[in-house]
Amino acid sequence: MEKLRYERPVIKKLETGMPNKFGLRTEYAPLTHIDGVSVKEMINEYGSPLFVISESTIRSTYKKAKKAFSTRYPKVQFAWSYKTNYISAVCNVFHQEGSWAEVVSGFEYEKALRNGVDGKKIIFNGPDKNQNDLKKAIENESLIHIDHLDELYTIIELTENTEKRAKVAIRINMDTGIYPMWDRFGFNYENGQAWDALNKIMRSSKLELMGLHCHIGTFMLTASAYAVAASKLADLAIGIEQKYNHSIKYIDLGGGFASKNTLKGAYLPGSDTNPSFDDFAEAITSTLLNANFRNNELPLLILETGRALIDDAGFLLGSVIANKRTSQGKRTTILDIGVNILFTAFWYDHKITPAQPFTHYTETTQLFGPLCMNIDVVRDNIDLPLLNKGDHLVVHQVGAYNMTQWMQFITLRPNVVMIDMDGKVHLIRENEKLENINSLERVPEYLKKFEL
Amino acid sequence: MKINKNIAISDSGFVFNPVNGESFSVNPIGAEIISLMKTGQAYDEIEQSLMNKYSVEITTFERDYFDFIGLLKQHNLIDTNEEA
Repeated sequence: MEKLRYERPVIKKLETGMPNKFGLRTEYAPLTHIDGVSVKEMINEYGSPLFVISESTIRSTYKKAKKAFSTRYPKVQFAWSYKTNYISAVCNVFHQEGSWAEVVSGFEYEKALRNGVDGKKIIFNGPDKNQNDLKKAIENESLIHIDHLDELYTIIELTENTEKRAKVAIRINMDTGIYPMWDRFGFNYENGQAWDALNKIMRSSKLELMGLHCHIGTFMLTASAYAVAASKLADLAIGIEQKYNHSIKYIDLGGGFASKNTLKGAYLPGSDTNPSFDDFAEAITSTLLNANFRNNELPLLILETGRALIDDAGFLLGSVIANKRTSQGKRTTILDIGVNILFTAFWYDHKITPAQPFTHYTETTQLFGPLCMNIDVVRDNIDLPLLNKGDHLVVHQVGAYNMTQWMQFITLRPNVVMIDMDGKVHLIRENEKLENINSLERVPEYLKKFEL
Repeated sequence: MKINKNIAISDSGFVFNPVNGESFSVNPIGAEIISLMKTGQAYDEIEQSLMNKYSVEITTFERDYFDFIGLLKQHNLIDTNEEA
């Protein structure tokens, strides 16, 4: 007689407290395949943990975002935010879709050039651009978004030795009614810093003012703040027109659009509550269309949203290392996924589902990573099926920031694969090996020998 | 190790402790273990009977069984007097 499928015994106390009227569903529906490719087979071939990027999700999300804006406004340009995910294959999907590059360091700038992006289509943001970076950006006619006066003066100095005029914009910070107000980057709108910088640019013959830029915050849960930002930028643009008879080419609203992830402490899941692309687009474009631009000459609208475009396309596959109980009897499960590779576990209650079918019995579990560090908690509380050692799990919506902010700490960083439009799996970043780390180190001769 | 005698368990896995009014839900294997314990079977017998029925390694079952017993203790479903 064939034996029955085993499931470990479990008992759960029935609580009679206040029921949750929203009745959130337990995540026991397994995700066994991503874009038709078996999770188990991918882990067998590329190891666990494993980052998986869905190309089709990137393209469809991009198209949705593009449509939300371009159906409301005639001139729209996206620029891919490199810091969100600068794995070259990922960047190139966005470039194939038509995105320019938005970079915030010399390293990212160089990466965009090597990916084949025309220098004229690179937006160079951030507070740290050294002389060499700026020189290169001026030569390549990249769009330099000035963050502070020291940078402005450096650019003026550099342009003295070249025939080229630097193509610049300034980053503007402002009160849009949200907290915290990001005022550490760029020039302030309300106190006149922005006008001061704009006057300096307009009086220099070697600088060409191309646009105005702002980036009001991150993971914005209200679209209306963008309407305030767009209105203030439009006001500056019209002011420049009137004062200098100069039409700026673009208004760059930056990024910060929330993805559908759920922030820690949120009462409802992000998928139900966070604004959509249409919400953000409506707030921004209706403000710009209603601004009084001369002859109805609308500037190009640039968007640098990163997180909302890539989060959904990223999955992190992992495996159960062990099950334990705390001193209080609470179930804990140790995974091979740690916060060193899943940095966003500090911000979000990630959706995590099993990768194989289970019964409907669940246990409230705390998920730990493999690091010998107390902070390594992937989820504080999650109802999951009765997982066993070796079972696989899928962490959803991890496409943004994890593959850039991950750390080589205690463990080595894993493989990253991309599933293409035809369901073919490509290795797009190899896992780290001890040799990679050791090759960067130098041990002084006298420290090479020791006796124990 | 014995389960409290007055614990009631239904076929659908509903467990009721009349001493303190607490109720629990238990999955089918858990219900089977409790039922076997109620008949006075010891670990070896329970293990034998479940190993014959389910596809599971002995070490896995042993680990899960004692984890389950730990939970029963925590929920005051084990007769500790008997155990002493």
